[in-house]
Order: sequence, then C-alpha cells, then structure tokens
Amino acid sequence: MTDATITTAPDLIAAAPELPDVLPPVKRRGGVLGFARRHPAIAIGGALVLAMVLIALFAPYLGTVDPTALAPTRRTREPSAAFWFGSDMLGRDIYSRVLYGARISLTVRFSVALLASLAGLVIGLVSGFVRWSDGIIMRVMDGMMSIPPILLAIALMALTRGSVGNVITAITIAEIPRVSRLVRSVVLSLREQPYVDAAIAAGTRTPMIILRHILPNTVAPMTVQATYVCAGAMIIEAILSFIGAGTPPTIPSWGNIMAEGRALWQVKPYIVFFPAIFLSLTVLAVNLLGDGLRDALDPRFVKRL
Amino acid sequence: MLSYIIRRIVATVPVMVVVALFVFSLLYIAPGDPAAVIAGDQATPDDVARIRMSLGLDRPFLIRFGEWFWQILHGDLGTSIFTNLPVAALIAQRAEPTLSLMAVTLTLAVCVAVPIGVVAAWRADTLIDRVIMAFAVLGFSVPVFVVGYLLAYVFALELDWLPVQGYTPISEGLWPWFQNLILPAVALGCVYIALIARITRATMLEVLQQDYIRTARAKGVGQTGILFVHALKNAAVPIVTVIGIGVALLIGGAVVTETVFAIPGIGRLTVDAILRRDYPVIQGIVLMFSFLYVLVNLAIDLLYTVLDPRIRY
Repeated sequence: MTDATITTAPDLIAAAPELPDVLPPVKRRGGVLGFARRHPAIAIGGALVLAMVLIALFAPYLGTVDPTALAPTRRTREPSAAFWFGSDMLGRDIYSRVLYGARISLTVRFSVALLASLAGLVIGLVSGFVRWSDGIIMRVMDGMMSIPPILLAIALMALTRGSVGNVITAITIAEIPRVSRLVRSVVLSLREQPYVDAAIAAGTRTPMIILRHILPNTVAPMTVQATYVCAGAMIIEAILSFIGAGTPPTIPSWGNIMAEGRALWQVKPYIVFFPAIFLSLTVLAVNLLGDGLRDALDPRFVKRL
Repeated sequence: MLSYIIRRIVATVPVMVVVALFVFSLLYIAPGDPAAVIAGDQATPDDVARIRMSLGLDRPFLIRFGEWFWQILHGDLGTSIFTNLPVAALIAQRAEPTLSLMAVTLTLAVCVAVPIGVVAAWRADTLIDRVIMAFAVLGFSVPVFVVGYLLAYVFALELDWLPVQGYTPISEGLWPWFQNLILPAVALGCVYIALIARITRATMLEVLQQDYIRTARAKGVGQTGILFVHALKNAAVPIVTVIGIGVALLIGGAVVTETVFAIPGIGRLTVDAILRRDYPVIQGIVLMFSFLYVLVNLAIDLLYTVLDPRIRY
C-alpha cells in the first residue's frame, strides 16, 4: 500500500503541471467574489465603513479647505464648483466640514465601541463568576437600562462641558448595561457546558478557565454587539450635538453642522442634508456589517437594543 | 396569580430606587453650589455655610437622598433654577404634546409594523420579504431628525400637504391636532416600525413551523385566518415585549423630533434645560420618563398571562 503511494507520487507530480495554471486564479476569484456573494451585507457594509474611515483619515487631502475658516462675504452659497456642498451662514465650506466631521464620528464610534466592550466584558465576567455580586450588579444594570440611553447621555452631558472626551464617556456609560448583560448571559450558559465542568474537575483555576474557555466564546457575540454599539453611538453623538449638548460648536461634527443649519433649513436645506446623508450612510453601513456578521457568526445571544 | 402580580410589582421597586439613586447623584455632583447662588455675591463664607445648613445641604448623602426620594413619592420633583417654578408643574404643562406624539407614533407603528412583519414572514425569502427587511435596516440606520427633515421638506415645503412645524392642542379640534402630528409621528415611528417588524417576522417564522399551523391548514382555515388568528396570537408575547422595550426609543426620539418640528413638549423643555443648565428640570424629566418606561414594561409583563394563558405563575 505504502509502496504503491510512493511509486505513484512521481506520476502525480508529472501529471500535475496542467492543474496549477488553471486552479489558482479560479480559486482566488472564488475567494473574494464568493465571499461577497455569500455575505453581501458584510461586503457592502464593510466596504462603506472602510470608505468612511479612509475619508476621515485623508480628509485634509481630499480637496478640503480649513473647515473652521470664516468667510463673511461668501455666506450661505448654494452648492457649486467652488463650494461643492455650499457654504454655511458663516461662510465656512460645508464639504470640508462634513469630511472633517467624519473624523469626530469615527473617533466617537470606535472609542465608545472599544470602551463599552471592555467595561461590559469586565462587568459581565464579574457578574457571571462572582455569584454574590450578580444580584447587585444586575439590579444596577436594570436601573441604568430603564433610563432611555439618549436621556441618560443628555443627563450626563448636562453635568459637564461639551467636549469629545465627555461625549464618549457619556455614551459609553449609556451603552455599558447592554454589553454587560450580553457577556453575563454568555458566561452563564458556558458555565453549564461539559467542557467547563471538565476543566473545573481537572483543577483548572478560574482565571485560566476564563482565558481558555470563556473569552474565546465571547468574541463572536461581542463583535456583533460592538457593531451595534458603534451604530448607536454615532446616532446618539449626532443627536447630542444636534440639540446642543454634544461636542462644542467649534468642532465640525455632523450633528453640529446640522444644528447650525437648523435655523435656516427651510431656505437653505442643503446645510442639513449633506451631513445627514453622510451620517445615515455610515450608520447604514455599520448596521449592514453587524447584521451580516450576526448571520455569518450566528451568535444566538445578541439582540438588537 | 395575585401573588405573581404582587411579586412583579415589588420587583420594580429596587429598579426604581436604583434609577432614583442614579438621578439624585447627578444633581449631587452637578457643578455649582445652590447655597452660594442663594446667598448672592456679597455673602461671606459664614453666610453661605449658614444657608447650606438651613437647606440641609451639609447632611450626609443618604439622608438627603432619603428626603429627596420622600418628596418625589409625594409628587414634588423640586424647583427649576431658571424659572423658579415647580418642576412637576413645568412637566405637566408640556405633557400634552409629548404624550400625543408618543400615542400617535405608537399606534401608527404597531398598525404598520405588525402587518408588514407578518407578510414578510409569510412570504419569507421572496422579493416582498427582502424589500420589507431592507426598509427595516434603513429604518434603523437613518436617524430620526434626518427622516424628520426629509419628510418636512418633501411633504410640507415642496408639496405643501401638511404643516411644516408646530403643534395644535387637541382642544382646538381633532383634525388640526392630528394634522400637525402626522409628519413627526412618521419620523419618530421609523425606528420603532423597523424594530417591531423585524421581531414580528422572526417570531412568526418560528410559529409558522409549528404543528398546530399545519393542523389549522389541514382543517381548511384560510391563509388570513392562519396568519392573523392562529399564528399572530401565538407570536404575541415577543412582539408585545419588544413594543415595550421600544418605548425607550420613543422617549429618546421624542426629544429630537420635537426640536425638528418645533413642538412645545417635554423634549423642548429638556433642550432648553440643557442650554440653561437647569439641573432640577433635567433630573425631573429623566426620572419621570424612566418611571414611565418601567411602568410600561411592568404592565406588559402583567399582560403576558392574558396574551398567553399557558403562562402560569
């Protein structure tokens, strides 16, 4: 048997040369296109998110001018070749402001997703493993969850000055309960798994169980949840800025641009519409990505809201 | 049954206390010393200390919280720093537009979302289903104020079918009242419709797999009867639960919608209070809305036994 394999191997190699010419290109195309076909939501959402990240990163090189430069003689110009998206009532270029606004949006959504995930992970793990703390932590989370997230963020922002850091903190606090509950539910269901029982029986210490058995299983649901947190954070940030409780007016954020266009929107609707389109498209992209990831990774624990 | 209701009501008490504690801490750590404000610019530190003592501001956190909570239970939400009026009265003045908006939105959302969710489940994986679900994702993604401006631009400014902004009290007639609420309600309802439609579809898909649906079909029940009587009844619990959870979206969205459509409700009161840093007002609004939210979800919990007689406690 083994002799036969050895003797036929050279024949196979001799017969092989035709295959590599044909196979690799087909395989590679099947890889990218096949993935896009199998998961259109991830592909479209991911591409749009990537585009927005690139716009945010390269905002200074995309034909923008200083987004805070005032030009009193060129106020409220309609969109034209000079002002692609028009200018606002202080003569600032809206195209530049919208592109720079992508930076604030990007900073806020990634910071909130990261911080809320980390905090939620820690709280959820403690709640799931330290039994006496579970009741207390979950009552506190229930209480925080009964305050509508936007109101909670508004209440926190009312206490502090409007700054990007404070906006991130306020939205993170509003999002933590949901992530904590998710992690806790993952922990509680994993604790009942035979392999965790086996690990405990084998004398594995708790930190090791968390590291080896719990954390890897939280990755999929946490990734999906983080995209929803991202989308939620963007909307809350825009709302906070829009009602005057968010980032200071000197920083161009999409919510701020819309807030400034509010008074004029019936005569100069483009001031409101351009940031609105960017905001909606980005949230849509993140949501598509989240839905696609949820379907692909199939974490049963994640629920929207 | 009665013991369940009592237990469920008692269980909301700790939640409300946590909410109250959280909201109270907000005011506690809020910048600015009320005693210094009352004492005025010419006051000596001794005067400020005396006023602080007379107001009881020097006492421990928990004692002050207890007294404050006692006042809340008696309907006293404190006094606005800016207008010097009781917060409860300020909220009551502004309650009608906000409650109207929320009621119209809720009705509209349920009437639209449940049927389209049912249709999407019935025609799962067809074009209709795809279109409905695409709209649901869109509804989640386009923020309420963007939808609001878009609707106002198209239906009020361009087509001139509906009023652009404002609010007419219900006492001035049902139609003028309703006319002013259509656009805000649709704008506010988008997310809510998306949420309810998705859960309706998901639950209905599960229910339609059940044996009793096949039995109903075998004994000749029509398609509408199967969908809306046999299936929807059994899908009611998750749908109603999500309707309750979604009230949080309504509350948060109302603040923004009122700003877009210039509706003089609690949302506008909130925005004004933020700009004036009127903490007692913000505190009162957050507290009131949170209690409302807890009570709505308590009511829904109690509804479960009515919706699904199999649920016994």
